[in-house]
Amino acid sequence: MSALAPALALDDITCRFAAREGGQPYTAVAHATLTVAAGEFVSVVGPTGCGKSTLLNVGAGLLAPSSGTVDIFGQRLIAANGVNRRAGYMFQADALMPWRTGIDNVTAGLEFRGVSRSEARQRGAEWLRRVGLAGFGDRYPHQMSGGMRKRLALAQTLILSPDILLMDEPFSALDVQTRQLMENELLALWAEDRKSVLFVTHDLDEAIALSDRVVVLSAGPATRPIADFKVDLPRPRDVSEIRMTPAFIALHREIWGAMKEEVLKAYERQKAA
Amino acid sequence: MRLRAVQLLVLALLIGFWYVTTKPGLLPNFYFDKDNRAAFFFGEPQKVFWIVVVWFWSGEIFQHLGITLLETALGFVIGAIFGLAMGLWLGLSSSASAVMDPYIKGLNSMPRVVLAPIFAVWFGLGIWSKVALGVTLVFFVVFFNVYQGVREVSPTLIANARMLGASRGQLLRSIYLPAAMSWVFASLHNAVGLAFVGAVVGEYLGSARGVGYLILQAEGTFDINTVLAGILVLTAFALVLDAVVGLIERRLMVWQPKASETEPT
Repeated sequence: MSALAPALALDDITCRFAAREGGQPYTAVAHATLTVAAGEFVSVVGPTGCGKSTLLNVGAGLLAPSSGTVDIFGQRLIAANGVNRRAGYMFQADALMPWRTGIDNVTAGLEFRGVSRSEARQRGAEWLRRVGLAGFGDRYPHQMSGGMRKRLALAQTLILSPDILLMDEPFSALDVQTRQLMENELLALWAEDRKSVLFVTHDLDEAIALSDRVVVLSAGPATRPIADFKVDLPRPRDVSEIRMTPAFIALHREIWGAMKEEVLKAYERQKAA
Repeated sequence: MRLRAVQLLVLALLIGFWYVTTKPGLLPNFYFDKDNRAAFFFGEPQKVFWIVVVWFWSGEIFQHLGITLLETALGFVIGAIFGLAMGLWLGLSSSASAVMDPYIKGLNSMPRVVLAPIFAVWFGLGIWSKVALGVTLVFFVVFFNVYQGVREVSPTLIANARMLGASRGQLLRSIYLPAAMSWVFASLHNAVGLAFVGAVVGEYLGSARGVGYLILQAEGTFDINTVLAGILVLTAFALVLDAVVGLIERRLMVWQPKASETEPT
């Protein structure tokens, strides 16, 4: 394993899904190449339904691509042999276990890895505190608000200290205020130990505010990256304030110029379908 | 409290109607041509009540009730465990479920009460033939619910647990089993009733003890009051068992959201 190997390298990935009865096979992703360097925060933006989640699932080892390779820190990832053990994944939908209390959800990963119960409890309590849920450990997910559940999911993922963090529109279900709070919290946690992050979103504001790099995907089907923008805004950032800065607005205009056509294309296709 | 009062009122009205229509000589005959015929065919509530009282007072009922409850409990537990195991297995293995599908469907659509005579031959007239009948009835209810429950576990939940490092065994314990449990409990309420049916029908077809045996004996002498007393005792205990299942369910399923739940202050 070389020190210079990127944390995550998707090379020439194509994902074709078998046709449902009578239809054509659906190519979600075609010849997509994408790398995330160690410690880099990369956002992937694109129109809705363009296969962003498919790319993440490939990176997570949950989905085997039809062709192409995935390398994790220089090591080949084969989905059939299991998931990407160095990655944490935050899903768009609620993925907490409803039958476990807050702390038991947070410590689930430690439990699966055979960490002793007392140590897991201790680390779980510490993480609950870090995501601002101290005192809520004995609540069940249905007793928490959407924002609290997202913070719980964040703690559940980060407690394992994954080298790569895969995030699939994790905050899209939240209201604007809660969302900006969560984004700031994510940035603060990320700044502590600089994991590699692959963050999927359809919200360009969110992508620019959080990332080092923004990758624009084409409209589906047969999605692939079409543009790559470096975001050199100073850190630490405050996501609600940075949106007002001229540098942010200029970047937004530039990236949106590349994205707009694809969004319209996706819209036309959905209307036609 | 109001609800309970209304419920008791309904019970009182039913018993009153029963009493008035069956009491010999109370009402002019409108269907039967003799005064005591209605009582002969439908029994009389006060007599039924005294039979039940005497049963419990003398302790005569306990050996019969004990046997019936034992058969019910065994049929219920064994059937539920088999149903859970098979439901998990077929729910998780699509190849196994494809192979077994026609057999499961066939066994389920078979009227299984007709197996009772065969079980009597195989397992004798003791409790095990009744347990076997109860098992065949309970099994399918639990099985289909678990099967459904396992297949409807959210894929996100499974993917999340896998990303957190869960092995296959851990997935089973931490995801599939708890997810199936809410379906299991939904089915257990039905299953308790069916375990009772298995026990009583089995006794009815051939036994030396049990409430079904009491009913059969009484029927042989056209003693409708005793038959009805047996039915009442069975009904009461079926309600008790159902309440026990409900109690266990509330204990184990605390995580389930209840409609419009508020925190007590």
